[in-house]
Amino acid sequence: MASEVEDTSRRDFLVIAGNAFAAVGAAATLWPFVAQMNPDAGAQALASVEIDLSPVKEGQAITAMWRGKPIFIRNRTADEIKAAETVPVADLPDPSARNDLLPEATPALDTNRVKEGKDNWLILVGICTHLGCIPKGQAMADTRGDFGGWFCPCHGSHYDTSGRIRKGPAPRNLEVPPYEFVSDTKIKIG
Amino acid sequence: MEHSSSYEPKSSFAKWWDDRLPIARLMHGQFVDFPTPRNLNYLWTFGGILTFCLVAQIATGIVLAMHYQPSAADAFNSVEAIRRDVNYGWMIRNFHAVGASMFFIAVYIHIFRGLYYGSYKAPREVLWILGVLIFLVMMATAFMGYALPWGQMSFWGVTVITNLFSSLNEIIPGVGTAVVEWLWGGYSVSGTTLNRFFSLHYLLPFVLFGLVALHIWALHVAGQNNPTGLDIKTKSDAVPMYPYAVAKDAVGLFAFLILFAWFVFFLPDYLGHADNYTEANPLVTPPHIVPEWYFLPFYAILRAIPSKLGGVIAMFSAIAVLVFVPWLDTSRVRSAKYRPLYKWFFWLLVISCVGLGYLGAKPPEGAYVIWSRIFTIYYFAHFLLIMPIVGLIETPKTLPKSISASVLPSGSGAPQGAVTAPETR
Repeated sequence: MASEVEDTSRRDFLVIAGNAFAAVGAAATLWPFVAQMNPDAGAQALASVEIDLSPVKEGQAITAMWRGKPIFIRNRTADEIKAAETVPVADLPDPSARNDLLPEATPALDTNRVKEGKDNWLILVGICTHLGCIPKGQAMADTRGDFGGWFCPCHGSHYDTSGRIRKGPAPRNLEVPPYEFVSDTKIKIG
Repeated sequence: MEHSSSYEPKSSFAKWWDDRLPIARLMHGQFVDFPTPRNLNYLWTFGGILTFCLVAQIATGIVLAMHYQPSAADAFNSVEAIRRDVNYGWMIRNFHAVGASMFFIAVYIHIFRGLYYGSYKAPREVLWILGVLIFLVMMATAFMGYALPWGQMSFWGVTVITNLFSSLNEIIPGVGTAVVEWLWGGYSVSGTTLNRFFSLHYLLPFVLFGLVALHIWALHVAGQNNPTGLDIKTKSDAVPMYPYAVAKDAVGLFAFLILFAWFVFFLPDYLGHADNYTEANPLVTPPHIVPEWYFLPFYAILRAIPSKLGGVIAMFSAIAVLVFVPWLDTSRVRSAKYRPLYKWFFWLLVISCVGLGYLGAKPPEGAYVIWSRIFTIYYFAHFLLIMPIVGLIETPKTLPKSISASVLPSGSGAPQGAVTAPETR
């Protein structure tokens, strides 16, 4: 004959097990309602774009679109490359190269943010890492900030000629998207 | 406020109904013969004004939703069509857009009223916290509503504010990005984002309505505070809500509606931003993104902190700190009217908030940043240091003996007739 204590613990087990199943069921039902907000299949379809660089002369910049984001493409001058290469990484607020094709720990040297032998071409996601504005500096008449790269007018972030944050509230360097040169003057992003 | 309803059903139908669903009895007890302090000033009319604002926003909003198209391609044009083509659309749209600003003017006066007269102190802590929640939901609703016309400020305002959550990346890498993409439904702000904002903008006012019902319920449990901060002790301290408080509320509401109508009919775009009449363009950021005026103090706090995560934390803390006000204030006296020292600090807080509002609209550079920091420091110091310390060291002025003693000539007894039968006096 079962004692009363055993009865109680059996009952507790049933209550806990029942509640646990109800909780799992509730979570499983809730999940689709949460997950439906994530980017859908159409947005996820990793559209890649090819861009012809031949019309971009030295010192000029163009803006392309990839996944709904603006992509900055700048054909840098020798002075700009030199300015970017001579900065010690220790002076940079964000020491990571932020290159999608390289590990996070890669130092933010200018050479880690461009393709070898193509160091005049700087390809960046043109979204300020602070709060998502589009920095100024693509058009010739734009203000390029204190470091000659880009300047975000929203909250005053200054980027250098390698797209690295130098001054202002933005926490990270402008991101380098995954891209490759498919020919000498053509790149494929994504 | 324990008191029984004096409701008496007049017809046999009313009696039959009252035995089955005594809603008229409830309403009579809570909104007709409910005892209100006899010394309420016009600052106490803003509760009624705010209730009007919520109902007006819901009514005009439902009409606008009948004509609005929540898609990136059509949203901008459909708002213009409402203003030009829809019968009386210009007026209803202006009522809704200006109404948001009026709602915030009223809520800010209401909040500062509560802070000045100590309306958050026991036993009104839950009432106050519900008020903070209402304020928070109001801000979310207004923010999503401002996205709907899909102009440049709509688009970039959404971009900047949703990106606040990407600062979570600085705590756990990747989480911020995941949250932001979840909010957007894509890799950037798009028509998908607009669509869900429209859905939530329609939902949240009804959440607000529920919170307001709880707020009023909590108010009617504790009873209203009043300029002396004293409790109602005798019957002569109170007058019935109808006609006294209702009439005063009506005067306040009509004065408020004059201001409201002046903006709607003569300055409908004054409180908005001209850039929002340019359709959203994801490739061009306006040179100067400013939120609607009612968010400017918080925006100034965000920009005062030279770190992304820090700025976001400070901005949300500026609202969260209000929740703790009932326990941060150590004074035994509710009303600042009898607090000679605290009174000065209260006005410093008002100046800081107005100052932050001014600075939030200015570019983030030079002296503007320095002043933003000074005011931000004062804002937090006011709640976290001054409220607890001043309450302990201050000697309050002598309080009146009762609410009636504060407003009636001394010596004369309370005219009881005024309470029970005003029409026979």
